[in-house]
Amino acid sequence: MGIANRKELEARRKALHKANENVKTHVRVCSGTGCAALGAFEVYDALVKESKKAGLPVQVELEPCGKEKDPLFVSLTGCQGFCQIGPLVHILPDDILYTGVKVSAVKDIVEKTLAGGQVVEKLLYKNPEDKKRLKGRADIPFYKGQELVALEGCGSVAADSLDSYVASGGFSSLAKALKMDPDQVISEVEKSGLRGRGGGGFPTGRKWRSCVSAEGDERFVICNGDEGDPGAFMDCCIMEGDPYRVIEGMIICAHAVGSSTGFIYVRHEYPRAVERLSLAVKTCEENGLLGKKILGSDLDFDISVARGGGAFVCGESTALMRSIEGSVGEPRAKYVRSVQRGFRDKPTVLNNVETFACVPSIINEGSDWFTSRGTEKSPGTKAFCLVGKVVNTGLIEVPMGTSLRDVVFGMGGGIIDGRPFKAVQTGGPSGGCLGEDHLDLPVDFDALAKAGSMMGSGGMIVMDDRTCMVDVAKYFLKFLMEESCGKCVPCREGVYQLHAMLDKLSRGEGEPQDLEKIQRLGKEIQVSSLCGLGKSAPNPVLSTLKNFREEYEAHVNDKRCPAGVCRDITTFTIDPDKCTGCLVCKKACPPDAISGEKKQVHIIDQDKCTQCGACRLVCKFDAVVTN
Amino acid sequence: MNAAPAVDMKQVGAVLARFEKGERSHLVHLLQDLQSEIHYLPGEAIRAAAEYLDVPLNSAFSVATFYKAFSLVPRGETIVKVCLGTSCHIRGAPVVVEDLRIGLGVGPGETTPDMKYTVEVVNCVGACALAPVVIANTRYIADVKPGTIVKIIEEG
Repeated sequence: MGIANRKELEARRKALHKANENVKTHVRVCSGTGCAALGAFEVYDALVKESKKAGLPVQVELEPCGKEKDPLFVSLTGCQGFCQIGPLVHILPDDILYTGVKVSAVKDIVEKTLAGGQVVEKLLYKNPEDKKRLKGRADIPFYKGQELVALEGCGSVAADSLDSYVASGGFSSLAKALKMDPDQVISEVEKSGLRGRGGGGFPTGRKWRSCVSAEGDERFVICNGDEGDPGAFMDCCIMEGDPYRVIEGMIICAHAVGSSTGFIYVRHEYPRAVERLSLAVKTCEENGLLGKKILGSDLDFDISVARGGGAFVCGESTALMRSIEGSVGEPRAKYVRSVQRGFRDKPTVLNNVETFACVPSIINEGSDWFTSRGTEKSPGTKAFCLVGKVVNTGLIEVPMGTSLRDVVFGMGGGIIDGRPFKAVQTGGPSGGCLGEDHLDLPVDFDALAKAGSMMGSGGMIVMDDRTCMVDVAKYFLKFLMEESCGKCVPCREGVYQLHAMLDKLSRGEGEPQDLEKIQRLGKEIQVSSLCGLGKSAPNPVLSTLKNFREEYEAHVNDKRCPAGVCRDITTFTIDPDKCTGCLVCKKACPPDAISGEKKQVHIIDQDKCTQCGACRLVCKFDAVVTN
Repeated sequence: MNAAPAVDMKQVGAVLARFEKGERSHLVHLLQDLQSEIHYLPGEAIRAAAEYLDVPLNSAFSVATFYKAFSLVPRGETIVKVCLGTSCHIRGAPVVVEDLRIGLGVGPGETTPDMKYTVEVVNCVGACALAPVVIANTRYIADVKPGTIVKIIEEG
């Protein structure tokens, strides 16, 4: 069944909305990458099967003319955020969030909750602070203070269902935009102050306007889903969990800038995102939401899904375009910008997934609604991946300007095992590490840049006292050294040299003048590289050197790694007073270097030890100590 | 070095036929399809692709060696991908690599002589909350504890 015009869309939305309202109970199984890895699909199948067996009126698709009374709608949604304790099953309208749901627990859920109306206590989230069970999202600290815009449908709509998206108001924004003049659409986006969510923070409206004013007979719209930053998966969640929203944002952009061809470039490490987006594009084509005369207007627009080849540099706009053209993904100097001459040398708008996902809400609710959130220069909200050594890991979305402390200690629940906080890394390999004195920093584009880090695409990696800053900087440099495309010398050779110097430090061979050399070379790479990868490559090392200088000095002067990470200058020993002789470290040791009997103090054979730190990682008694 | 098995050119031809002849922009996409069919990119296949799309052979090789998704050597039955994203890195992924090196006898980028396992390291698979993560073909193994990975993989 196609949707030929706005009237038909409205009729379909009304029918589906009604069907949605008739649903008595919604059972939403999270199928984000985390939950899926932990068995969410099996849980979903079991839930459907068991509910049917119990004679419950199960629906797996919204049925406008369903015969069942008070149906039970069981759906697979995108990421619900709290990946740490997945698989998640969220039951509405009672707001019951079941965590860590295994197939074996499904029978209980069906019998007690879905049929019996009771809550299964043992599946509820246990607050680590007071061990109390909390019933729903409204009670759980992780969800408090969050505000969902880009992630609005992620975790609520059924991820692969156009109907579910339409029922929740999907494509109404497109209908509204198509009634508006393209110029009006751009003005609204400009007024909203939306800035590129991929990290650059360039004003989206301005980008669209420059594309329109550029000369060319053809224009392109490209969605950048090449989320290469390690430690970031927001875009992955949006593409997997709410693909239609991204498509709707792109069609609105196509209308605004006058384009008829679009691409979504997805990295190949996200197979499910490729699959769901491809399905969503196909469904939209079948329903007349992509193709000729969309919703009865004069707009023709097609989208192709392009898979990346596993190159970080392809997240850079000009490299990405080369990659879609079928070439090696090397960036070019941007004397002429992509909005003027981009894909196939035609004017091109390239925005990030999250940016496109914000557009439908801005058009629907208006720019004032959007600017009422966030800070003056960075309006709206931002999705972050809160990961690393933090108690609650997962996907969050908060208004810009929220402090790092609120994120790490509020939603994040503090550091694992109550260890001391050391730093939070933002912005991926292009960003920096901020220490304790930056915890009250309001998170927005400008504040982070001023502090020597950057927003980046939104990874937030929390580190504790057992994370070595020299090692982290070396890790990012190694990453960038391997990912540098090799086109320009400062990046290809400079990053290599920076890495070599840090490696020297981590081996305890650093000399006092090395720190100055690192700083000088870093600054030179920043100013002389061709593209964003090289320009920002020294950030992790420069920011850690600035904020954690004493740790670098310990490596150079004392030949010691305070965090006990750098292998060549660390020795592991077992504190006989603390060791309980539990055998856990002995079993975990890869080279079998630990000896000792049960309930007797264990000993590490220093000749066999490879300093990998496995023993310290598993010891529950803090008995493994470093020099 | 393992001897490469003979390449089934019929299989290569079938993949080529899915694409428009002479359309250069299909190169990356075509190589991806070849790789997923044959599990690696034999030289003959790259040559055939270059001829078919009318791309100079050096450009085809430059693309095939630029992107990490492509492998020019045969790989094992099970591809064991250890995620080395930042979150995995600080939560113990280097220990997992060590475990595999000792347990399977191969390091990143290497294949066991019986062609059963290839160990690879990747930069973030987007499952950071489950760190450290290992993916064996399509199976995600979450929160890998030291000393456990080899057994988990061998038991399948």
